[in-house]
Amino acid sequence: MSILVNKDTKVIVQGFTGAEGTFHAEQCLAYGTQIVGGVTPGKGGQTHLDKPVFNTVKEAVAATGATVSMVFVPPAFVADAVMEAASAGIELAVIITEGAPVRDMQAAKACAVKNGMMTIGPNCPGVITADECKIGIMPGMIFKKGNVGLISKSGTLTYEGTNQVCNEGYGISTAVGIGGDPIIGLSYIQLLKMFQEDPETEAIVMIGEIGGDLEIQAAAYIKENITKPVVAFIAGQSAPPGKRMGHAGAIISGAAGTAKEKMDALSAAGVEVVVSPAEIGKAVTKVLG
Amino acid sequence: MNIHEYQAKQIFAKYGVPTPRGIIANTPDQAVANAGELGGNIWVVKAQIHAGGRGLGGGVKLAKNKEEVRELATEILGMTLVTHQTGPEGKLVQKVYIEEGADIKDELYLSVVLDRAAEMPIIMASTEGGMDIETVAEKTPEKIIKIAVDPAYGFQGFHGRELVFGLGITDKAEQKKMIDFASKLYTLYMENDAEMIEINPLIKTGSGDFIALDGKMGFDDSALGRHPDIEDMRDISEEDPDEREASQYGLSYVALDGEIGCMVNGAGLAMGTMDTINYMGGTPANFLDVGGSANAETVAKGFEIILKNPNVKAIFVNIFGGIVRCDRIANGILEATKLVDVNVPVIVRLDGTNAPEAAEILKNANIDNVIAATDLGDGAAKAVAAAKGE
Repeated sequence: MSILVNKDTKVIVQGFTGAEGTFHAEQCLAYGTQIVGGVTPGKGGQTHLDKPVFNTVKEAVAATGATVSMVFVPPAFVADAVMEAASAGIELAVIITEGAPVRDMQAAKACAVKNGMMTIGPNCPGVITADECKIGIMPGMIFKKGNVGLISKSGTLTYEGTNQVCNEGYGISTAVGIGGDPIIGLSYIQLLKMFQEDPETEAIVMIGEIGGDLEIQAAAYIKENITKPVVAFIAGQSAPPGKRMGHAGAIISGAAGTAKEKMDALSAAGVEVVVSPAEIGKAVTKVLG
Repeated sequence: MNIHEYQAKQIFAKYGVPTPRGIIANTPDQAVANAGELGGNIWVVKAQIHAGGRGLGGGVKLAKNKEEVRELATEILGMTLVTHQTGPEGKLVQKVYIEEGADIKDELYLSVVLDRAAEMPIIMASTEGGMDIETVAEKTPEKIIKIAVDPAYGFQGFHGRELVFGLGITDKAEQKKMIDFASKLYTLYMENDAEMIEINPLIKTGSGDFIALDGKMGFDDSALGRHPDIEDMRDISEEDPDEREASQYGLSYVALDGEIGCMVNGAGLAMGTMDTINYMGGTPANFLDVGGSANAETVAKGFEIILKNPNVKAIFVNIFGGIVRCDRIANGILEATKLVDVNVPVIVRLDGTNAPEAAEILKNANIDNVIAATDLGDGAAKAVAAAKGE
């Protein structure tokens, strides 16, 4: 077991033949991910990385039975690609692209929700189930199989956290980089729920950042629903208060944006909160040892 | 990207959102000429900087004759305005906006911003305009009305009714004007990919008209490509020159006041590295994210920018290579030592993609002040020790 993806997951790549799509699809294939084809409009019928290329997601799904799409299209085309995947019956779109306009993502997310499609990202490293399936851009070699689930807003802190967990002799069940954009797909609460229900996962590492209030919501959820031990780190304790232009954003996020408030809320929910990311591995040992 | 009040008002005017008439000035002479062109017998002289709280900071003043316009423009132009949003260093005023005086009966507050939780734009309004709205939100949150608008359906009649009844506007004609105002503001928010619009105060005049007396707008940087007209409004002088130079090389840089220069890949790890340095008893001199496409040239540039800061006593390079390849970073460090006089200890932690190759490169180069670190904790500890001269 694991969450979201495993060795049987069939994946297509949107933006398959582009430079980024090609490089990372190759890496994913080498990791063992079942990439069954890709979509590049106008290149349907060709073969790329020994896999079929389709003009539309609908064709790709019909021919391959893919349920997950890894999205590498340029920022201006992300919303279109996500909506296409949602309307073609894809169950999960993993959006790697950075720099998609917020208004576009708002519409794309609404469309995905309406069609029952889950999304991860945008602007994220993706999702990986160790030794089974990597959908994204993370360095696969650091993920050793194990019983720790990891959820992170930050890509490089996903790697840092994973590396420490593995150096302590533990391993990763599934790691999900959720991204830190204003509009994101799957967030802490949905993923905490999945890890709680996953028999393979024994502990959860949650890595957050300053801004927004997702971590505060997660703390409330953990308190009520999560019985597995959780280790958390919030990046940005030493970030200076940003120079802001207006007040509207601050009111919307309330007072819940600072690292300290997030750390306090998580501690109060029984989470093992570390003040430095260098302590993540030891904290996992502490809660599992 | 943020724009000035006078630019926001140009956009408002384009969409039919009422604003006072005004003309921008760069010199006291222009300010006086503008007052003459606007006519009337009372003017407001307003500092144009990218920050709120200008009034309290002394950057917005009333002139009752043209001599006062000259005096105030002379005083405000060139002043360094410090407000609670500028940071202690303040911002230099290079432009003043000369605006006709307004007949203020009531002061309201109106803004449009993305509500991340609802995942849609939200209109916020309050009868407590002209005040520090964050204080209002904290002390009397019931005085702020929040109305989420789903872009799938747009601004509907009920949004308008919630707004005017919430604000206690009972006069039919006034209700209509306010609904029209908010509806146009929502439209311009969406059409221009704004990140936020804030009007504080939005005034009601003696004759029952609603006018945007102030205007702040910020835009989604990712969407600027499809708004060349807004990109043209960029004021480079409002941006930090080092941050701007860094961004031209794909680096994200923010200067801080500590002693340890940081070069890290990824914003999260960059913040986490700063946190670790603090935790170990040191102080970070900057935030620097080299991004996903770091190469020898960008790393060398990063060193150059970090070393411009005379407070830097050590540099901690902390890279966890995913897309970024560690061997490229190692070559960048070698490159930097040739191009720039790296006169402080450099602590290097390279992990992830091609880390063994990178270690080999650095080892073979055998540079005096480069110290290898095994992990994040080790690197931060060595950087803190080096900065203290240990």
